[in-house]
Amino acid sequence: MKLHEYQAKQILAHAGIPIPDGRLATSAQEAEAAAKAIGAPVAVKAQVHVGGRGKAGGIKVAKTPAEAKTAAGAILGMDIKGLRVEKVYVERAADVASELYLGITLDRDRGRPVVMLSTVGGMDIEEVATSRPEAIARGWPSPLLGLLPFEARALVFAAGVAPAQREAVADIARRLYRVYGETDATLVEINPLFVQKDGSVLAGDAKLDVDDNALFRQAELAKLKEVSPDEESEEKARALGFSFGQLDGEVGVIGNGAGLVMATLDAVRNAGGHAANFLDVGGGAKEAVVKAALEIVLSNPRVRSVMINIFGGITRGDEVAKGILDVIQAHPPRVPLVVRLSGTEAEAGRKLLEKAPLESRATMDEAAAEAVRLAKEPAKA
Amino acid sequence: MSVLLGKGTRVIVQGLGREGRFHAERMKEYGTKVVGGTKPGAGGTSIDGIPMFDTVAQAVDETGANASIVFVPAPAAMDALLEAIDAQIDLVIAITEGIPIADMLKVAAVLETAATTLVGPNGPGAITPGQSKIGIMPAENFSPGGVGFVSRSGTLTYEIADLLTRAGLGQSTCIGVGGDPVVGLPTPDAVRLLNEDPETEAIVIVGEIGGAAEERAAEYMRAEGKKPAVAFIAGRSAPPGKRMGHAGAIVSGNQGTAESKVRAFEEAGIPVANAPSEIPGLVKKALRR
Repeated sequence: MKLHEYQAKQILAHAGIPIPDGRLATSAQEAEAAAKAIGAPVAVKAQVHVGGRGKAGGIKVAKTPAEAKTAAGAILGMDIKGLRVEKVYVERAADVASELYLGITLDRDRGRPVVMLSTVGGMDIEEVATSRPEAIARGWPSPLLGLLPFEARALVFAAGVAPAQREAVADIARRLYRVYGETDATLVEINPLFVQKDGSVLAGDAKLDVDDNALFRQAELAKLKEVSPDEESEEKARALGFSFGQLDGEVGVIGNGAGLVMATLDAVRNAGGHAANFLDVGGGAKEAVVKAALEIVLSNPRVRSVMINIFGGITRGDEVAKGILDVIQAHPPRVPLVVRLSGTEAEAGRKLLEKAPLESRATMDEAAAEAVRLAKEPAKA
Repeated sequence: MSVLLGKGTRVIVQGLGREGRFHAERMKEYGTKVVGGTKPGAGGTSIDGIPMFDTVAQAVDETGANASIVFVPAPAAMDALLEAIDAQIDLVIAITEGIPIADMLKVAAVLETAATTLVGPNGPGAITPGQSKIGIMPAENFSPGGVGFVSRSGTLTYEIADLLTRAGLGQSTCIGVGGDPVVGLPTPDAVRLLNEDPETEAIVIVGEIGGAAEERAAEYMRAEGKKPAVAFIAGRSAPPGKRMGHAGAIVSGNQGTAESKVRAFEEAGIPVANAPSEIPGLVKKALRR
């Protein structure tokens, strides 16, 4: 789950990390008033859950409150990578001398958090990581101890932070690590971390992603969750206990188990088609879940055929078959279905489906080939 | 005894809820020695004939258990895992899905200095066919033999075990390492166990997009491999930035792509199957059967 910059900055400020004075605005008038209260010049920044908003024109600097009004008027309602801007954050423009990067995330390879600090700030850090990996200093604190003072100092020296800012940056790194732990973050990032001309250090931007699995104990953060229109199906699926991802092909895919569904998407591609979605009904799926899954997949107008691939373990083939029968009897699907059942009670399941208007195949490869072939057939009148 | 588990393995079950009870029963049917269960306050009673204990330490003292399977729900799973590690159980298998990453990081840090091997979480467990099953996999898809099998997924593991079994390729031990970003026994470590196991003749490595575990496993086999291996990577057609069900299966930046994994295996001389159905043939070819 992603937080907006203004939300993340509140959390940073609460942890004692300096941030510029700022206000949230949902109209041009509010932005003007905010600029007056803060004192221009200000930056007017779109609050949307996508990266690259600066390049998309979602950040403007305004020298006067009137300019802030104009800037907010231009940004509000703007479409950034398919998301409509509903709010802007107006904050005092920093007096920037240089920019640093500071971020904490998971290093999967080491099974530890990694703290990254660089004097190459403000840029796409993934780009820096690829082209100049030596420009990023890294430390791997123990999750049991947190980022210790000597570890923070080592980072600051390794990154080559100027002597005047060493103490402040090390302090911010330790505070940011506490935020990482306390918010169950999967990523917390200050990019850029400004060094101002007076020598002070200030968070120019803030990014905070929270582990969805930890929302049960992050009640305050969970309230901040926003679902964008393109995530609605994914959210609906999550509520039903399965996992869904929209893709852009024409073969709808339903399976049980993430690995098996991924392998099914690959099988569709091997057969010359493209999957329309990823849908994992999870373990032990019963009739109702299969029914809901089919409905979600069929609600996508691009879908031309559906492949259902179930390898029964906890999930029973007969339960799955009943779910399929239920849906197609109530609402005959507008596209052909190809079913492959294997494992627990698969025999019983196949028997139930014998007379149903659908294609049954014994293996994943055969089912994928058939689903792809059917998706390419001209639609029936 | 192949690796991790065998006839002598004595298991306790942490979390005998609906799912735990169902699978404890299936494990007993398979011949696994299920010697106890833990539930605070239930000490002295029994559930489905399984003697219950209040703490893991008590269960270990009284039953001589050397393995545990954990079904405890995610919010309390870290505590359950740490309790098992504290009781110095050799093998802990975590089935639980959805454990917060921060909790698994703490568990991983404790494991660095502990004697316990943790398999999972968010995996199907492990099985040494014909001897012992500690997990939730349907046993009929597995058969005893010489193919060691490491996988990051659940049902895909059953699918491939079934294909191997039908092709007459039995398995030494199958290890479902789990689909989370932080797991106790990552793929390279599981591969190392099988590589060093005298009863394993060949290794099948089933990976997914995301992370670099497969690349590390390939590097290890390139340097130390003693036996043939065959690999499969699920998610080759997945677009970047999309999470594919498993929290671990996401491609970000240039990290964890299928291409990078396939290349790593090929550079290590390990053939990569384009589909699960190709795996048995590649294994036979590797074993020159």
